[in-house]
Amino acid sequence: MTRKLLALSLLFSAFLLGFNSSALASESEEDKTSFIMHHVVDSHEWHFATFGHTHVTLPLPVIVYSGDRGLEFFMSTDFQDHETHAFGKEFAHEGYFIDDHDHLGRVDGGSFTDFSITKNVVMMFIVIFVVAYVSLSAASHYKKNGPVAPKGAAAIIEPIVIFVRDEIAHKSIGPRYKKYVPYLITLFLFIWFGNLLGLLPGAANITGNIAVTLTLAVLTFIITNVSGNKDYWKHVFATPGVPIPMLLIIVPVEIIGLFTKPFALMVRLFVAITAGHIVILGFIALAFIFESISIGIVSTIMVTFINIIELLVATIQAYVFTLFTAMYIGGAVAEHAHDDHH
Amino acid sequence: MDLITPGSGLIFWQLFGFLGLLFLLIKFAWKPLLAALEERETSIENALKSAEQARNEMANLKADNEKLLQETRLERDIILKKAQEASVKMIEDAKNEASKVAAQQIENAKAVIETEKRAALTEVKNQVAILTLEVTEKLLRKNLSNEQSQKALVDEFIKDIKLN
Repeated sequence: MTRKLLALSLLFSAFLLGFNSSALASESEEDKTSFIMHHVVDSHEWHFATFGHTHVTLPLPVIVYSGDRGLEFFMSTDFQDHETHAFGKEFAHEGYFIDDHDHLGRVDGGSFTDFSITKNVVMMFIVIFVVAYVSLSAASHYKKNGPVAPKGAAAIIEPIVIFVRDEIAHKSIGPRYKKYVPYLITLFLFIWFGNLLGLLPGAANITGNIAVTLTLAVLTFIITNVSGNKDYWKHVFATPGVPIPMLLIIVPVEIIGLFTKPFALMVRLFVAITAGHIVILGFIALAFIFESISIGIVSTIMVTFINIIELLVATIQAYVFTLFTAMYIGGAVAEHAHDDHH
Repeated sequence: MDLITPGSGLIFWQLFGFLGLLFLLIKFAWKPLLAALEERETSIENALKSAEQARNEMANLKADNEKLLQETRLERDIILKKAQEASVKMIEDAKNEASKVAAQQIENAKAVIETEKRAALTEVKNQVAILTLEVTEKLLRKNLSNEQSQKALVDEFIKDIKLN
């Protein structure tokens, strides 16, 4: 499967290189690399390719909520030039506009909240669908056949489930691990599939978006602190073995520590995935900057190489996020003696 | 800045979507799957345990058999020993009996011989008596004629008797 994905990704990158180069060749140096940021950040429409003047895009719904106007639905095509597909303040529609940095804005400057189904939201639902489909077919194997040897989707999911249960949950959380296994498996599969599908050409990398990693980190933060037992809170607010004057320093540090843990989770995944994508896109951009076939060949080889590394990173980051989540939960539920190491 | 500014819409949809996925999978995927895994693990463990048990039982059975065999051997030895003793005793008894019988027979034979001997002696005595009578008779007849010849005759007769 990896090989197929790789072959497909190579084919697509060659394909995109071929069509984009003519459009990009005439533009300035900055424009030749601007597609990198455009690819990495979220967007109100899903742009796949440009053939000359034809844009292959998926128009997406724009949903806005504002206190005074309520919930409103538009399409991304309402806010852009039909020829160039460019967003801009001049294409305002019913009081809203999407600027050339793909930000939704309100003409009269009032406050509003953007609930648009953006490119990353669509991608996230695709990932959720894939994870749900694979997991449910794995579960249905056992529902149909009882507790037998795994087959089909179950053969892919079962080793992951066992790995997460035994190697991550049981080892990091301890005897009370069972309650957290479903969350950890879901987390692992969501991040892993998100990472892998994000590597597909034309796809959005949801796990390289800080909003997604933020949400996951917040969930971990909530679960960790809700599960926290007496020992855990005692450790934070009255660290055993520390003299009372020192607590004035220790307690704020411990409280900051509560937040730095999920913050580190959020940043780690976001940076690892975004950096990988930027490196890949950077190598592709080299071909446009130098406008040379030999550089193109070299950059294709490098892109292939980085893609292989990214497959590894995709798995490692999913593992690391899940492992750290399990360790934080483990720290919160652990029943430790008060004279242990601090 | 775009890169590190989380979008409100994405956070909302992500929270909504991920929690939906979480609850869907917990209910319909992880619960049955984890239960099935656990069930399978316990069944494998049980199978291994029962195999171990069967092996132990087999070993016990073997030991029992060995013990039984040992006991049987011991019993056989005892029986054999007893039989041997019995046979030795029987032979001894037979020997004793036989020697007793033989002694009895010898005793009987001796008695018979004694009787026969006595009978023979009586017979001899009778014969001697008869002969004596006859000799006396003849002596008496010859005596009438010659003293010396009578004496010679008597001697002759006595000689005859000795020869007999």
